[in-house]
Amino acid sequence: MNEILNAIVVLSNYVLIPAVAYGSQLALGALGVTLIYGILRFSNFAHGDTMAFGAMATILVTWLFQSWGISLGPLPTALLAIPFGIMATAALLLTTDRLVYRFYRQKKAPPVILVIVSMGVMFVMNGLVRFIIGPNDQRFADGERFIISAREFKKMTGLSEGLAFKTTQGITIVTAIIVVMTLFWFLNRTRTGKSMRAFSDNEDLALLSGINPDRVVMVTWIIVAALAATAGALYGLDKSFKPFTYLQLLLPIFAAAVVGGLGNPVGAIAGGFVIAFSEILITYPLKRVLKYLLPENLEPSTLVQLLSTDYKFAVSFTILIIVLLFRPTGLFKGKSV
Amino acid sequence: MKTTVKNVSLFFIVACLIAGTGLIQSWNTALFILNMGLISAIMALGVNLQWGFAGLFNVGIMGFVALGGLASVLISMPPTNDAWAAGGLHVLLGLVLGAATVTAAIFVQARIKAGRKKTLSTICILVGGFFLFRYVFDGGVNAVEAIDAASTGYLGGLNFGGENYKEWGFMTIISWPVGGMFAAGVAWLIGKTALGLRSDYLAIATLGISEIIIAVMKNEDWLARGVKNVIGLPRPVPYEIDLQESAIFLERAASIGVDPVTASSIVVKLAYAGLFTVVLVVILVLAQMALASPWGRMMRAIRDNENAAEAMGKNVTARHLQIFILGSAICGVAGAMMTTLDSQLTPGSYQPLRFTFLIWVMVIVGGSGNNFGSVLGGFLIFFLWVQVEPMGAFLMHGITAGMAEDNGLRIHLLESVAHMRLLTMGLILILVLRFAPKGLIPEK
Repeated sequence: MNEILNAIVVLSNYVLIPAVAYGSQLALGALGVTLIYGILRFSNFAHGDTMAFGAMATILVTWLFQSWGISLGPLPTALLAIPFGIMATAALLLTTDRLVYRFYRQKKAPPVILVIVSMGVMFVMNGLVRFIIGPNDQRFADGERFIISAREFKKMTGLSEGLAFKTTQGITIVTAIIVVMTLFWFLNRTRTGKSMRAFSDNEDLALLSGINPDRVVMVTWIIVAALAATAGALYGLDKSFKPFTYLQLLLPIFAAAVVGGLGNPVGAIAGGFVIAFSEILITYPLKRVLKYLLPENLEPSTLVQLLSTDYKFAVSFTILIIVLLFRPTGLFKGKSV
Repeated sequence: MKTTVKNVSLFFIVACLIAGTGLIQSWNTALFILNMGLISAIMALGVNLQWGFAGLFNVGIMGFVALGGLASVLISMPPTNDAWAAGGLHVLLGLVLGAATVTAAIFVQARIKAGRKKTLSTICILVGGFFLFRYVFDGGVNAVEAIDAASTGYLGGLNFGGENYKEWGFMTIISWPVGGMFAAGVAWLIGKTALGLRSDYLAIATLGISEIIIAVMKNEDWLARGVKNVIGLPRPVPYEIDLQESAIFLERAASIGVDPVTASSIVVKLAYAGLFTVVLVVILVLAQMALASPWGRMMRAIRDNENAAEAMGKNVTARHLQIFILGSAICGVAGAMMTTLDSQLTPGSYQPLRFTFLIWVMVIVGGSGNNFGSVLGGFLIFFLWVQVEPMGAFLMHGITAGMAEDNGLRIHLLESVAHMRLLTMGLILILVLRFAPKGLIPEK
């Protein structure tokens, strides 16, 4: 019995908990991509760098608070700073829309042109972030490190394997749940949210029924800013903040959005978890789990790591390709243009 | 007539910019920009073929460039005989088994009728094949990587010059077309899966495959030493040190009054420039001929209206696949040339901003759909890529001149100058797309 419990603990410690946290971050990122796709109708390559910008703004405000001596006790100060990060990101996105995207929207430019434009925006944002905070790792987590540390867990349960639950992981999961619930409440229950969905489903019909497109677009950017800044800050808090990693997050985020079905918010969340779980499960050496489950003489001699950790991109990509080949609109029905 | 004058003067201006670099900074920098400009121009031609001719959106250029670099190592380095003896065949057998697994799975997918039998047999083949592949392959890899890991630890290439492999510089030139073939092979695979789907999907698929190619090159040490880098590739041109030791060269250098060390490095760079120019001209001429041919007209017709072209009996997907492979192959050739120029393969240095998105800036700024535009864009944008930093530093010194030496803002601004180039490239791209969407030399 203990053997099985130990196996479950190892699996939770190294696979389940990290995957749920990472999946929440990806889901928030993918929600942003999918909303832009649904309403503004292009794949936003600048999304990774928008997340980096939001995280950076959060970090700067966190440092300010820390220097003033404000803290949340056991929770990281960054939680207080996230709203300011969201405001800064929203300001940036609205400015970008006014200066860059609006022109093409009014001209009804083909989506691929907007994608190329978003590449330019990506360069600018990337440069901006590096310009302000530099290309290096930044740490800004403070407060209590663990909700449950491995040692406490061992003492509590008497098992030989420990289960560590980091504060940042807990916060990521809780925040993601709150954000997603608010978002769905907004999209399904409020007038503005409904008009956004109508606009996404059928632009002409929405315009005919008197929905103000500028307002829909503005609200979309603000929501995207909130999602991106939160996702970016949570990712930075959980791992560490480095501008370059956010560019690399673009692939798993896109994969999550496409796997779920571009333009479909529920799909984006599901996609985020599918990608996160497969990335972590396939690159984790399963020997430590199997050694508890299998009889002693069958214990594997190798690590039973299906792929080395550096191939996690390959995992998200392979899932992406499989879904594209067999269900081109994604697991949940997405749009196709 | 008027446009010809304009285009020639645009090229003239870029030539002046590079020559100005030579006069003001140093001829070494100018020739570096020239050489990299030639390579960038070739990459831009490849992307222009895909985007300008056919409207295909490829954001995996970095991967194809890196494959070219890999070819350069696999062709021009000498084989590591001990490693081959220890596990070379083992590794190859593993790869064959891996390929066989995938082929078998595809075969089952195509031949067996849909149902539980099909799903089950596919899964069995894939899972069983994977473990068999890992078992055989890992053994070989471990054996190969154990051989003198500090200096080799990989299988090496196909240069059979033995001890004097460095004298077989022509092997590097052979590696250029091979690099193109590598890129073409991978492009065929991607094209087969992602073309025919929506344009965004091709973009995401190429983005993914390029990251995977880089991941493979960083991790598979048996292939090209991974992040330990392969250095000292043979060169198709003489070495500086040999020139400096040759009496005739010293005499010539003295007669024009140049320091022999500077002179030797300039001569070497010029020799590279000559080789690269030949390749660029060949590809440019071919691309121009293709553009003017019935095939080129068909491509543009497909780009402008796929449905109409399809109604006229053109096989759109097949044509797209064709041009996607061609364009990627050109990027592969350029990638092999770049590795030859650097004489080393450093997988860690491949970054999407530099090798994918910067090439896009070149194509858009130069003028998509126009080959000469791409060449111009390649030179101009690479020039800016190099020069924005010193220009930014100059500007920042000007702005911060009034501030105190230890002013925090001043120190931060001066330190951040290095990141100006990304910002500038993005601004250039956005401004060109907004105010001159057809680029400097528009399509006719």
